[in-house]
Amino acid sequence: MKSLVCLKQVPDTETQIKVNPEGTGIVTEGIKHIINPYDEFSVEEALRLKEKFKEGEVVILAIGPDRATESIRTALAMGADRGIHVNDPAVNTADPFAVAQALAAAAKDVQYDVIFCGHRAIDDDFCEVGAMLAEFLGLPQVTLVTKVEVAADKKSAILERDIEGGKETVEVPLPCVVTSQKGLNEPRYASLPGIMKAKKKPIDAKNAAALGVSVEAKLQSKEYSMPPERKAGKKIEGLEPPDAAKQVVQALRNEAKII
Amino acid sequence: MDFTIPENLKLMVETVRRFVKQDLEPVSQQVEEEDFIPEELVRKMRELGLFGLSIPQEYGGLDIGALGECLVYEELSKTNACFRTRIGTNNGIGSQGIVMDGTKEQKEKYLPRIASGEWTSCFALSEPEAGSDAANIQTTAELKGDHWALNGLKHFITNGDVADMAVVFAVTDRKKRARGGITAFIVEKTFPGFYVGAIERKMGMRGSHTSELIFDNCLVPKENVVGGEPNVGRGFATAMKTLDKGRLTMGACALGAAQKLLELSVGYAKQRVQFGKPIAEFQAIQFMLADMATQIYASRQMLYHAAWLRDTKGTSVIKEASMVKVYCTEMANRVADMAVQVFGGMGYMKDLPVERFYRDLRLTRIYEGTSEIQRLVIARELLKE
Repeated sequence: MKSLVCLKQVPDTETQIKVNPEGTGIVTEGIKHIINPYDEFSVEEALRLKEKFKEGEVVILAIGPDRATESIRTALAMGADRGIHVNDPAVNTADPFAVAQALAAAAKDVQYDVIFCGHRAIDDDFCEVGAMLAEFLGLPQVTLVTKVEVAADKKSAILERDIEGGKETVEVPLPCVVTSQKGLNEPRYASLPGIMKAKKKPIDAKNAAALGVSVEAKLQSKEYSMPPERKAGKKIEGLEPPDAAKQVVQALRNEAKII
Repeated sequence: MDFTIPENLKLMVETVRRFVKQDLEPVSQQVEEEDFIPEELVRKMRELGLFGLSIPQEYGGLDIGALGECLVYEELSKTNACFRTRIGTNNGIGSQGIVMDGTKEQKEKYLPRIASGEWTSCFALSEPEAGSDAANIQTTAELKGDHWALNGLKHFITNGDVADMAVVFAVTDRKKRARGGITAFIVEKTFPGFYVGAIERKMGMRGSHTSELIFDNCLVPKENVVGGEPNVGRGFATAMKTLDKGRLTMGACALGAAQKLLELSVGYAKQRVQFGKPIAEFQAIQFMLADMATQIYASRQMLYHAAWLRDTKGTSVIKEASMVKVYCTEMANRVADMAVQVFGGMGYMKDLPVERFYRDLRLTRIYEGTSEIQRLVIARELLKE
């Protein structure tokens, strides 16, 4: 069972995000980065499939600057076999369209039964790359997947996916693109022995030229800004409870306009 | 001077950080109350490889070096101290005698089990009449045919109740004692005449047990003398070398706890309001926080430096390791005292972890060589230079 897992490195969920003074992005200095949590579900699911079929390969494909190797290495420590690191300024911060183009180009050299993507990245929240990648590769796609059952002949899979208020079960021919949703599994830790072994696993570094792709971004980010700070609340003091309640109702109706 | 931490050690710290956050910290209060670590967590510690940090790779361990061990311990000490103690004897005093002085057969038989955590090992030196004066042990071993017969009582043995084996020190020559009359033995719990005695009632370190070990004509095969026949009478050196090696890691445990206390104190000072403003705005609190942070910073530099010396220069760090042990553990006790003060009445309550750290840290100045013994070691090294 061969899986290609697309992985993105994102700021740690506990990071206090600040916009840089130019408004062109966030301050990346001094913040910790982690594997996008939805991609971690993907890594875990790919490893389980390989373990279940007792054969195959798990390849990690990541786009990003030098520091992204740390996330690839973590996935290798979890048990993945090898990594491909696309590191090119033209792609690293590009829009989902360009990222999907680069991923599709890199995927051409890899054998796979399934491509896993997180259903979204927790930093820019576009939720687009998995779908675009499937389009570029001409593959079927199943999004928001919470359960994967691959047929013994690896020609098809039964997948469970989140829909509003319930679950949908679909059957899909392989190869296909799956986007992972929370609930798919409980990712394992990168164990300490796994980290030692990962040191020796190969990570293939590539730029856009090596992939033979010139990406064309469709989106340009214009400006980053923080949400407006919450204004101080209003306190009603020094009144008897019945009068205070009347004031609160007035304020909710006339000022907040929510009742 | 390069303070860069290698990538694989950074990844290990990250794994431990997540393990602490997701698995250990949520149950640390429960473990404190029940005085017991759930088996499920010990299983996870095994899977993560935490029992084999210091064991050579050829015997199934990770051998991540002094800096690696210190970094893992530092991170693991930011929660209930019993978790670190659970893996502590396998990585430290319960295995290093065999790693340094054991025969090839002993290493092949015992180290893989210790490294995987399948077996827990412990170190049995202390006795009621022999603490800092370790040479005064009363447990004896007498050769009877193919076996040594051990008789005596050990106490304060960390992980004694869960141990599958122990490195035990006994007198084999009453006249020579520390000068050739003490021998180290590997004793398995199934050997006849080996008993776990009382589990001791302690001030803290709940979840980690220390117990008595009783040897009543306990029969130990001759080949279980650590280092074999030629090492009969050389056990005291094994004991001292083992303790030397553990000193840096004790510093790391104290440092991790102090760092956690600082983080808790800063957080609390910002949100606790008295006299109409957060107490963090009062200089009296600020100065305590500043002192805590400064001393932690100093401790970390000396710990990492000594670990780096041992890993890269291969030089003896006996003096530096004792300095690290005494300074970091005393620093952490001062930090714990200040943390209780910042938290005020809440710092004294069992609802918050601060009082637990305060109690647990008190032990770090005593076990694996008291502060006073460390100072003796430092002075001895100084004066012989």
